[in-house]
Amino acid sequence: MVESHRGEGPPQATVHLDDKDRALEALLPEILKEFQAEITQTVNLIAVTVKPQDVPSVCRVLKEDPRLSFDYLMCLCVVDYVEYLQVVYHLYSTSMKHMLVLKANISSEDPSLPSIMPLWSGADWYEREGHDLFGVVFEGHPNMTPLLLYEGFEGYPGRKDYDMPEYTEW
Amino acid sequence: MVDVSTDGNLDTVQMLVNMGPQHPSTHGVFRMILWVDGERVVDMEPHIGYLHRGSEKLCEGELYAQIVTLFDRMDYISNLNNEMVFCRAVEKLTDIAVPERAEYIRVILCELNRVASHLLFFGTFGIDAGAMTPIMYTFRDREKIQSMFEAVTGARMMHNYIRIGGVKNDVPDDFRPRMTALLQEIRQGIDEADKLLSFNEIFLARTKGISPMDANTAISYGVSGPTLRASGVPMDVRKDEPYSVYDRFDFGIPIGDNGDCWDRYYVRVEEMRQSLRIIDQALEQMPGGPTITPTRLILRPPQGEVYVRGENPRGEIGVYLVSNGADRPYRIKVRPPSFCNLMVLRELLKNTYVADAVVILGSLDIVLGEVDR
Repeated sequence: MVESHRGEGPPQATVHLDDKDRALEALLPEILKEFQAEITQTVNLIAVTVKPQDVPSVCRVLKEDPRLSFDYLMCLCVVDYVEYLQVVYHLYSTSMKHMLVLKANISSEDPSLPSIMPLWSGADWYEREGHDLFGVVFEGHPNMTPLLLYEGFEGYPGRKDYDMPEYTEW
Repeated sequence: MVDVSTDGNLDTVQMLVNMGPQHPSTHGVFRMILWVDGERVVDMEPHIGYLHRGSEKLCEGELYAQIVTLFDRMDYISNLNNEMVFCRAVEKLTDIAVPERAEYIRVILCELNRVASHLLFFGTFGIDAGAMTPIMYTFRDREKIQSMFEAVTGARMMHNYIRIGGVKNDVPDDFRPRMTALLQEIRQGIDEADKLLSFNEIFLARTKGISPMDANTAISYGVSGPTLRASGVPMDVRKDEPYSVYDRFDFGIPIGDNGDCWDRYYVRVEEMRQSLRIIDQALEQMPGGPTITPTRLILRPPQGEVYVRGENPRGEIGVYLVSNGADRPYRIKVRPPSFCNLMVLRELLKNTYVADAVVILGSLDIVLGEVDR
């Protein structure tokens, strides 16, 4: 975190939610009431934070509930917040055209959470990429071999504490 | 490999065929290992990462204005579309309004870039299927578009033209007449190439009915763009969530019937015609005025995160941008369309002939620069 020169925290981004997001925000607490989900707002989407072990069951509910029907995994990524890692799922519904962010925080030392491969085959390479670059173990993934890096690569280059090699030109 | 046993029975054994990473059909550095039983592909194992440069990590170390150049190098066939989606993400986070004229210039150039990208696909796909002539026609036309880009942006590729808040500079004075002439030539060129290849008997035999993809498989793998629309799913960000000024144009979304190689090919041909329609209307409507909203060179967006979608020639691109208020992004994640489109290849190749493998890979129209990033 970079401290602001004025001594306060950095300014917060303005939230621009549309009607679909508002509808989702109203609907989600009831559908996800058994998961202790924390519902927040990002700049243009509704974010749901759940416990890592709940991710597959929450995803199943999000995918199969007819009011939500999130059938399309848009993006899966890992963000390193130093104290913890956050796995971020962007879900989309091809029929209802709305979108949602699902987040799960996991520890940096022993990062693991269940794979969502059974729900979306498209999670395959994203999870392997998350394992390559951040060392997150997606339990139940059939093939966790390196995808982008070569075999035997040391360290997790996506993380903040990874030392980028200094290259000199010529 | 045929094993002739002593009792006269001919049994085949599975054979491993390695294709790539330096294979002309793989359009870059992509390696696939095929297990074949005779002529039939039993399974395939894809290997990517030969072009991994860590672009996302590099973005974390650059100023926002510098990152545009890194986005140029991800999908190097459609640079302008890539630049645009990144700039839109920063603009959304920072609440920067883009002047109307800049929006129109962006749309015109992005659609022109889409045509150029599809023309390249047209030519290379023809070669994949064994037709050597079409690429001569499409490259001729693509070259004209590249010259147009050079006149406007100063570079044939890696333009760094779309900036946060607008575009680098206004279009040249003779832009309108040059574009009118260019569009006329391109339109004629597409028709010529279409007549030459699309309904050719041999081409049809090589592509029609080859490895159809149903909509459910496509959606489950996160396939997007023309590859998804060929399977009959009318999903297009320009229509679903219109960005920039796309809601002001009248254009159609071509979709296919059964998602075979020919559908994936022909959807792109039709898309070029729709793109030309958009450019026509945009040229007609283009207002005057400034082309960029001045922003600070060292931009510090507020703290927050944003996910912005855009329609690239290859499919849907997404940029997930996390800012902590500093002058460099905290994290950038790109959802590259080719990445997901390539993931489905294993599914498509099962139970096809090894001779069709090249055609099927070609029909997905991948760019390894953005698969590996």
